[in-house]
Amino acid sequence: MADNIEVKEVKLTAKDFATDQDVRWCPGCGDYSILAQVQRTFPDLINIKKENIVWVSGIGCSSRFPYYMDTYGFHGIHGRAPAIATGVKASNPGLSVWVATGDGDLLSIGGNHFIHACRKNIDLKVLLFNNKIYGLTKGQYSPTSDKGMKTKTSPYGSIDFPFNPVSLALGSEATFVARTMDRDPKHMQQMLKRAADHKGMALIEILQNCVIFNDGVFDGISDKGVKDDMLLYIEHNKPLIFGKNKDKGIKVENATPSVINFNEGTNSINDVLVHDEFDKSPARATLLAHLTDSPEFPTPMGIFRQISRPTLDGEMQAQIEAVTAMKGKGDLEKILFSGNTWEVN
Amino acid sequence: MIKEKELQNLTEVTVRFAGDSGDGMQLTGSQFSDTTAVLGNDLSTLPDYPAEIRAPQGTIYGVSGFQLHFGSMDVHTPGDIADVLVAMNPAAIKKNLPELKKGGMIIANTDAFDAKNLKLAKYDTNPLEDNSLVGFEVYPVPITSMTIKALADTKLSQKDISRCKNFYALGLMYWLYNRPVDQTIEWIKNKFKNKPEYIDANSKAMLAGYNFGENTELFTVRYQIEAAQLPKGTYRSISGNEATALGCLAASVKSGLPLFLGSYPITPATEILQYLSNYKNFGVKTLQAEDEIAGITSAIGAAFAGSLALTTTSGPGLALKSEALGLALMTELPLVIINVQRGGPSTGLPTKTEQADLLQALYGRNGESPLAVIASSTPSDCFYMAIEAFRLALKFMCPVILLTDGYLANGSEPWKIPHVNELPDLPTKFWTDKNTFKPYLRDEVLSRPWAKPGTPGLEHRIGGLEKANITGTVSYDPDNHHEMIKLRDQKIKNMALDIPDLEIFGEQEGELLVLGWGGTYGSITEAVLRCRAAGIKVSQAHLKYLNPMPKNTEKVLRSFKHVLIPEINLGQLSKVIRAEFLIPAIQFNLVRGLPLRSGDIEEKIIDILGGKL
Repeated sequence: MADNIEVKEVKLTAKDFATDQDVRWCPGCGDYSILAQVQRTFPDLINIKKENIVWVSGIGCSSRFPYYMDTYGFHGIHGRAPAIATGVKASNPGLSVWVATGDGDLLSIGGNHFIHACRKNIDLKVLLFNNKIYGLTKGQYSPTSDKGMKTKTSPYGSIDFPFNPVSLALGSEATFVARTMDRDPKHMQQMLKRAADHKGMALIEILQNCVIFNDGVFDGISDKGVKDDMLLYIEHNKPLIFGKNKDKGIKVENATPSVINFNEGTNSINDVLVHDEFDKSPARATLLAHLTDSPEFPTPMGIFRQISRPTLDGEMQAQIEAVTAMKGKGDLEKILFSGNTWEVN
Repeated sequence: MIKEKELQNLTEVTVRFAGDSGDGMQLTGSQFSDTTAVLGNDLSTLPDYPAEIRAPQGTIYGVSGFQLHFGSMDVHTPGDIADVLVAMNPAAIKKNLPELKKGGMIIANTDAFDAKNLKLAKYDTNPLEDNSLVGFEVYPVPITSMTIKALADTKLSQKDISRCKNFYALGLMYWLYNRPVDQTIEWIKNKFKNKPEYIDANSKAMLAGYNFGENTELFTVRYQIEAAQLPKGTYRSISGNEATALGCLAASVKSGLPLFLGSYPITPATEILQYLSNYKNFGVKTLQAEDEIAGITSAIGAAFAGSLALTTTSGPGLALKSEALGLALMTELPLVIINVQRGGPSTGLPTKTEQADLLQALYGRNGESPLAVIASSTPSDCFYMAIEAFRLALKFMCPVILLTDGYLANGSEPWKIPHVNELPDLPTKFWTDKNTFKPYLRDEVLSRPWAKPGTPGLEHRIGGLEKANITGTVSYDPDNHHEMIKLRDQKIKNMALDIPDLEIFGEQEGELLVLGWGGTYGSITEAVLRCRAAGIKVSQAHLKYLNPMPKNTEKVLRSFKHVLIPEINLGQLSKVIRAEFLIPAIQFNLVRGLPLRSGDIEEKIIDILGGKL
């Protein structure tokens, strides 16, 4: 093979990212959609070469993801994907590092790694497959399961208060926080591209249906008949409106949100909060994250917040360069023979 | 008229500095050691301090000590028992008297022997006055008040002035053992370069202490210890932790791979992380992780990405890393794990030493999970063993555990500095050929290829699930699992062909072999040397490789009628030796959080040999 022949880059297709491994998720699992959207999106990430992509995962259904992507992949241990990915990225900042994880993996056993990865702003793209249940262990409540949910380990209803992953990420100072859904391929593709373009820790919460242990958990917001009223697509610089006829909106007074209906005559579209993804203050994003606290509000989908902050991997590299510029390249002989030395003749 | 002081020659002395944990005893001890090393004495040190940073003043549990054994001969241990105790308060005497030789010298800071401190030290009466120290040579010196007097004209606060008393004590000891003050003065100048008033005060206090020795009638004799006969070369004083850090740095230079350390602070291993954080201009990346698990898993990620990966910890941290060790073993990535053993179990004795993590290192994981385990035997040996750990990890594509311990980590000794070109090269190559690549191909030692992300055409997946041999795809095949378990085991066994044989010191066969491992090397060596000097026939061997053991280990052990294994645990190596070779080892175990006393080992040797020479 000669290296000096110029080869024109051939645009990859979704197929180029598929491996020869049989995909072993249950038929109808939302994970298939996520895999498909990732494989469809990745050829469009023109700035990232295939050999520079690394998928890291933990344990759970979602974490089989790397085996199905023909990139570099590391199937780790339960909860530790963000920490493994941190090592990969810090070691070689030129790589594009993606994490596939679930609600149990990321928010329960891996909660500590997750919040610190957010805080340190390591340049990782974290896809959280949130199905509000432990799937691979066959149906126990997870840290995102709704209170009162009956599962194998909560036969009388779960007494645990759940995490709101978006709120947790915002509170942990993540620089990119978004939500999408397995049933909305186009939106998911947009979110994936936006995350890929973000320099820093990006969390995408993907609402994902588990057909076996928690089937239909998102039907109440995503079924055809209800989704227009129950989903709020948030976009930068656009008013927060929803409803089949786009006649409802989110108004905020005294830092408190309410749903307004333009047909009632008291409010118009001008009273609706306009979204700002790049707002320096986390207040707007946090308020939106908590809309789901009350059932009368729709579930926001889209980018809650995207801000710019130096990444840990970038800072680590920059510090090495700065110290090297200041002190010169390290000389081991000099280090060994430094300090108080003496001669024995 | 001051009489001319007599100068007596000694071959060795063990000095113990003791005081409150805020009294600066570690500093005093290490300064005395550094000066002593530069004078050409061989030496060994034992810092012995409480886990609390500033334990309540005057209490017994707040006593911080620093023991130093130096001489004109080879010194192997910090000394079983002190010849001289410098006691800055009553609690220091209370705590250390049992470790002071009968007839030993006590230099006591009389100013600290007030009613309050006596009560805190649980003395009903002042031991300096109630004849309870009969049989010791007691030198009462009002160290605090003399320091205050010497520094009367400085502008420092009373509190800061009295803090200089450790330098007064140091000056007095320099006089007593005929050592120059210059080196410490230089150190003071450098340390306080932005605070000239402290340079002045500390130097003055030290000189005042020195002059006190010269002028007082209290001391009639001072001592001289000639330089030891050490091999020619350039020396420095080195502690185990610093040697470990330098060894890791050297491995990075000699392998041409950037070092990545993922670590979480834990006593007594933290210093390795601290040292390595300084070497940014060597391309060293240090990640202070959110926990022990992130420390090792980030290092595993870095190994996957092609760095020279390291994680450092102590016992409880190794326990937390266990699951990830299995992952590193399963993914067959090069990784070094350094465990600076401390007193256990649980939180145990964080600042004390122990050898009780051997079985954890060998076996503490789920499944059949053989790991390479090696151990350092002296503070400076940590340098070479760190390089060796990386050499094995890179050659055999596997995790390697290096065991050191609290004594080695904090203890120091003179080290003949090697030149970089004398150190072994650590050749490493990454796989690049996409036509022949398979993730679990095996070379002649059963290592698999290291293919780092960024290499076109080598995209592959690894992980904790069992993989098919060669192809590396996920496999639940029963026969493949059995084969992979055997392959991973055989790979570690193959290392035995790559490591040096076990050497015997003394007769190559006979009645008794003392077998040790790790940080007890010094104590065992001293015991064996003393026995041999007395005409007792006893041989010694020291294991630096615990898994696999050198290929001649069984032969060595079977060449002796008895094998004695002294350990700072309840017999962990003994258990392994019995299990591996069916050899009935004789145990000697003392788990006090301190190095073994060579005198105890000597007694045991004599006892086994029936008390006969």
